[in-house]
Amino acid sequence: MQQTERQISLKAAVIEAIAEEFRRDPETFYIGEDVGVAEGIFKQTQGLHAEFGDRRVIDTPISEAGMFGLTVGAAVAGMRPVVEIMFSDFLTLVMDQLVNHAAKIHYLSGGGFRVPLVLRTAIGVGGVLGSTHSQTLYAWPAHVPGLKLAAPSTPADAKGLMTAAIRDDNPVLYFEDRMTYNLKGPVPEGEHIVELGVADIKRKGSDVTLIAFSRMVHVALEAADALAAKGISAEVVDPRSIVPLDTETLIDSVARTGRAVVIDGGHESYGIGAEVAATVSEGAFDYLDAPVMRIGAPHNPVPCSKPLEAMMVPSADQVVAKVERMYG
Amino acid sequence: MIDSAQALAIFESMLLIRRFEETVIDLWATVETEGHRHVYIGQEAVGATIMELLREDDLILTTHRNHGHVLARGADPGRALAEILGRADGFNKGRGGSAGLTVRAAGFLATTGQVGGGIGLGIGAAQAQKIRGRGGICVTFFGDGGLEEGIGFEAMNIAALYSQPVLLVCENNSVGVTTGRAQNEWSSSSMAAETLGDIPRALGIATEVVAGESVTDVHEAASRLIGDLREGRAPAFIEMRTRRWPGSRSFNPQLVTGVTDLDGVWDPASVTGEHADWINRYDPVIGYGRDLFRQGRISRSEIVAMNERVCRTVEAAREFALASPLPSAESGLTGTFA
Repeated sequence: MQQTERQISLKAAVIEAIAEEFRRDPETFYIGEDVGVAEGIFKQTQGLHAEFGDRRVIDTPISEAGMFGLTVGAAVAGMRPVVEIMFSDFLTLVMDQLVNHAAKIHYLSGGGFRVPLVLRTAIGVGGVLGSTHSQTLYAWPAHVPGLKLAAPSTPADAKGLMTAAIRDDNPVLYFEDRMTYNLKGPVPEGEHIVELGVADIKRKGSDVTLIAFSRMVHVALEAADALAAKGISAEVVDPRSIVPLDTETLIDSVARTGRAVVIDGGHESYGIGAEVAATVSEGAFDYLDAPVMRIGAPHNPVPCSKPLEAMMVPSADQVVAKVERMYG
Repeated sequence: MIDSAQALAIFESMLLIRRFEETVIDLWATVETEGHRHVYIGQEAVGATIMELLREDDLILTTHRNHGHVLARGADPGRALAEILGRADGFNKGRGGSAGLTVRAAGFLATTGQVGGGIGLGIGAAQAQKIRGRGGICVTFFGDGGLEEGIGFEAMNIAALYSQPVLLVCENNSVGVTTGRAQNEWSSSSMAAETLGDIPRALGIATEVVAGESVTDVHEAASRLIGDLREGRAPAFIEMRTRRWPGSRSFNPQLVTGVTDLDGVWDPASVTGEHADWINRYDPVIGYGRDLFRQGRISRSEIVAMNERVCRTVEAAREFALASPLPSAESGLTGTFA
């Protein structure tokens, strides 16, 4: 049991999952910009090139459409590639290969082909990187049938979800909030799988359910502490996967608490928060004491200046205020 | 031959860019630490010379490496620096930052950090100029990496098909980069083509390869091609090859070559140290200063006076930018729609 107590960063946990799967399955490779000798702009591929070499850790030109087309083709040919799109902002550049090819090939072939790939990409706001390096664009691919989406909040989940994603026979988009890269936590050594589509209750509570994704789980936990001081017991549920969504766990929690707030780092309007709110409103309608609420980023591009970008990140204060409103 | 007034204007513009970028690097070491910035050191001859050749109604697209272009076009250095520092008085209210600094009044249509994105926007600007028919052109600046994205191919094909008045200025600042990846500096120049102009040439676009450190060479090629564009022979592509400045880093450029010492203009022996070769052979500011000094077009005392003038301008810009407040968070909630 002592082994599971070791603490490593979320970034290290993702790398560990990839390395373990690459050792297990020679039909895997990693491809992206500056992912080889440079080991990624956030050191998020540290050690992979040293261990697996040029043939399996491949640097590309600044050519997202090209590298992603390569990835889809290799996956259909039977490999299990992991492709890195440096920021989710650059998903814009791979949309045709993603939406019109990767997502549909299996279905339209009548099941004859599989597209087992992982698209790894960074989301999140911080460090004044500006409007095209700070977006959280997971709502877009979530709308497209045929794509799975995972978004870990803890190092252990990061390892388990990446392992599951690589072994999945479908295209899986794996979103990491770059502001959580250095977050440390216990991570099991050796094989560790977190099945896609299984939520996790990060904190038990009885008065309100806070449903949060990725880095927002930590905002929710902070809010839960603040609410506890006010005598409100908040349950924090982390869906971990956006598609498939563990509706059963979410609805069950909200049916117990009677209240819910969904917290999402993407833009609030037309975002995944709206989808989750609608899902739990329908599923737990008979138990609700208040409308299900959402918190997300405001409806403007992410500005560069520090105070401006700070207002793009949902805060624990906002969560507390929303919950207090439910109590009128 | 560049006339003397124009030559001195270009040199002063280059010196302004150099002192400004040195200040940007210093501010990030002392005042601001977060974010990324891409400086124009080593490429001053390209931007300063081309801007000198443009008309007021010409349109310009630039990239994350825009500071030199913006200054050479005459934009206020104080407001530019305020933008880079994310301040309320910046040209874009702090929303764009270093990589997004743009000045519509100076003819910039957009500044985009999306690699290659400007090549696509530039053909729209060029089409507008063509439709208006007043002889205006579009100049699109992009790096060597800009050609790695697919948009460049599509846009150049359309530019050629429609005979657009667009000058495509590919600033290849990766010449000499061999160990970049090991230094955690981005690889860049990952093109299968040895000469980048081979790509547009296949589409029938006129192409040139120019030593981007040389004002004389940049001026010769750019003035000729811009003249062609205004007469309807279009489009054109110049690969401006510049030797990578040794202080270039992906996030935090380092002033490894030191604050530029203009003694190197009249006293080449004063240039010493690890980076003397880059300064002597590839520093466009020192290089053009030496040209003008040797030709007797500028004296030592005139260079000293010019430098003092430029440094005063940059110091005033620094004071203005640092005195400017950060924008309030609420101010960022406005302006999503026109």
